Amino acid sequence: MDRIPILRMGKFLLVTIQIDLYDRLATNLETDLVYMVNKTGAKGVLIDISALSIVDSFMGRILGNIGSMARIMDAETVVVGMQPAVAITLVELGLELKGVHTALNVEKGMELLRNKIKDLDYEEEDEIEANEDSTE
Amino acid sequence: MRIVLNKDTMKIEKEQDVVPFRNRVKEYAVKIGMSVVNQTKLITAASELVRNMLKYANGGITVIEVISEGRNSGIRLTFVDKGPGIKDIALAMKDGFSTGKSLGLGLPGAKRLVNEFEIKSSVGEGTTVSIIKWKNG
Ligand SMILES: Nc1ncnc2c1ncn2[C@@H]1O[C@H](COP(=O)(O)OP(=O)(O)OP(=O)(O)O)[C@@H](O)[C@H]1O
Ligand SMILES: [Mg+2]
Repeated sequence: MDRIPILRMGKFLLVTIQIDLYDRLATNLETDLVYMVNKTGAKGVLIDISALSIVDSFMGRILGNIGSMARIMDAETVVVGMQPAVAITLVELGLELKGVHTALNVEKGMELLRNKIKDLDYEEEDEIEANEDSTE
Repeated sequence: MRIVLNKDTMKIEKEQDVVPFRNRVKEYAVKIGMSVVNQTKLITAASELVRNMLKYANGGITVIEVISEGRNSGIRLTFVDKGPGIKDIALAMKDGFSTGKSLGLGLPGAKRLVNEFEIKSSVGEGTTVSIIKWKNG
């Protein structure tokens, strides 16, 4: 297997990482996800890492890259299910997962994404109103 | 006194060697009953060091040892490469220093994750890093 399946669920893309990743698999995931966000216009990406027993700086960087690139394409990324030992280790290692949100589990992650998108909808509405004001 | 109870070596030549190496370290850590948090710290540190070895020295040799001292037991990992060596070790150990356009977290982060950390390097000859994680510690 050299690709991780990406599921589409409405406005979201879902990825479940089921094994400790080889580097190439992780790099492929990064490219595939960015491509999929672009192709589907997804507003959110949810990555379930509950099966990962290790997140080192390489994997951390991949997750961060996915978050930053998705954001450029107007999508939010949430990483869910991080094992407590992994979270403790990441802090001590000194790695911040910049550009991604984190949530306890898939349900919480979906909720977070939905809220983020709702906020965005409001902001867009505000902008339209503001524009209307200025043309008056 | 430190006694070596078991010694295993593994060659690291390519990226695909990283995961099997991590799995081997985990086997030993589980065998001595190391807690999950300590296992995770040890394996993460090991992963950083083995990546450095691949990235900067084109690979090398790793030694996995089960050691004991009094009632405590632990895992000692040694990473030996014949790469270019490190000119300024103090600088390389600083958070954020990288010649590889990376985060510069590997060495200082690995040090924070283990109980003992030793690095020796000479330019043109290579680098040896040795770490110990105790089961209770
Ligand atoms: N085995 C090695 N041989 C030669 N140079 C090394 C070796 N390991 C580390 N270095 C040097 O030390 C620097 C710091 O290493 P460190 O692992 O802390 O950061 P990095 O590898 O640059 O970034 P990161 O690990 O965060 O991706 C490296 O940039 C490199 O110059
Ligand atoms: Mg490194």
